[in-house]
Amino acid sequence: MGWTRKDLLSMRELDASEITLMVDTAASLQEIASRDIKKVPALRGKTVVNLFYEASTRTRTSFEIAGKWLSADVVNFSSSGSSSSKGESFIDTAKNIAAMSPDVVVVRHSSAGAADLLARELPCSIVNAGDGAHEHPTQALLDLLTIREKKGHFEGLHVAIVGDIAHSRVARSDIHGMRKLGMTVTVAGPPTLIPPFVQELGAKVSYRLEDAIGDVDVIMMLRLQQERMSAGLIPSTREYARFWGLTLDKLARHARPDVLIMHPGPVNRGIELSPEVADGPYSVILDQVSRGVAVRMGVLLLLAGRKGGDGA
Amino acid sequence: MSSPAPRHREKAQVLDETALDRALTRIAHEILEKNGGAKDLAFVGLRTRGVSLAHRLAAKIAHIDGTTLPVGTLDITLYRDDLGMRGTPVIRGTDIPFSIKDKTVILVDDVLFTGRTIRAALDAIIDLGRPTAIQLACLIDRGHRELPIRPDYVGKNLPTSRRESVAVRLREHDGEDRVVIEEPEEA
Repeated sequence: MGWTRKDLLSMRELDASEITLMVDTAASLQEIASRDIKKVPALRGKTVVNLFYEASTRTRTSFEIAGKWLSADVVNFSSSGSSSSKGESFIDTAKNIAAMSPDVVVVRHSSAGAADLLARELPCSIVNAGDGAHEHPTQALLDLLTIREKKGHFEGLHVAIVGDIAHSRVARSDIHGMRKLGMTVTVAGPPTLIPPFVQELGAKVSYRLEDAIGDVDVIMMLRLQQERMSAGLIPSTREYARFWGLTLDKLARHARPDVLIMHPGPVNRGIELSPEVADGPYSVILDQVSRGVAVRMGVLLLLAGRKGGDGA
Repeated sequence: MSSPAPRHREKAQVLDETALDRALTRIAHEILEKNGGAKDLAFVGLRTRGVSLAHRLAAKIAHIDGTTLPVGTLDITLYRDDLGMRGTPVIRGTDIPFSIKDKTVILVDDVLFTGRTIRAALDAIIDLGRPTAIQLACLIDRGHRELPIRPDYVGKNLPTSRRESVAVRLREHDGEDRVVIEEPEEA
């Protein structure tokens, strides 16, 4: 019991008790969002740098809000408008930022392993906010918190993760986290978008949406990553939407009445989710976003508040 | 990594079940006396045993005065001045389901020692709103204050040495009502 890691890089490296500690910490911080004065002094004097090399709405904003609610100084870096456009390499930029003595660097990058590289090279704590198609641990943690708040427990739940598994760092982090907490995971999607490693991670595979969503507690729909969609992996977006898009009609015919619909965002309305489903009563997509702030507060607090933390 | 806590052995019993109950009864009467009744009072207990004591005081006041006062729970972890010095912070959440604005808040803790916990609790409460006043009740005042903080209601003043510790054991958590002084076992 207790948090001892310098960095949060992946769900793969965490054990069940560390995941539970993160989720519990986030759950008890949620109350801050409902206060009149949304600020506590826990991280006063700590500096958090958001180092984002890829576009992001939810993740970057929620890390920024989380840091500010905990009274940390939050600095946002985005690659456009920086010296990256003058040709400075990723590691040089990161070392220069580290030379300004931040306590935590939150990094998002299109290359898998970017966060691991910084964790090895820099003395401060590193949070992986998404590295290529590798992992996105804080998204998995907020998914877990949302599931526990809605379902009350983890053990024995069955989750279907549907869509573009191959390019999804969210799917990978979710599968690791859910399996460690005793949940069953079925992944479903077109065969070209289901990589062979998912079975090694302990997930079942289905190639029909209708089969995958029957008798599950949670359906996690993934975004069709059109910017990563090359070389004829799917015949067409319209064909994908027809076979893999979740509509009210498919839900009513195949899914359980108490199913939760989740999505890591941003949603392609009309492709993987019909608007009626995205905004419907089963959907907890915006609950996920609210809990994202609590999860990121918990992560910053545990990393910066660990014994003999940075600078001590 | 924190080193394993040194083993403690019981040195003396300070309060037994009856004495503990009498002390709380007296504090409840003092609260009503000092505030001229139970109007606009609210209890906030500090996790963990302060919360149980706050509930017991509220029950006593309900018995004496017939007024049911609200009881909230405060976790001061986020307000500590020693984050990063004591290992992983464990946060169990604040739950004050009533407005403290224009209330006299009676803060309840089991043992008053350096005063740093109370300093953090004062900040935490004031971040939630502006109470009319904050008063402090503690079951044991063991001295060794490091800050200018003094309790309004004390169950028992207990001179201790710094190497000793005071254990408040309550039925709700420990299965018995008792206060004991412990000292580390000799190495």
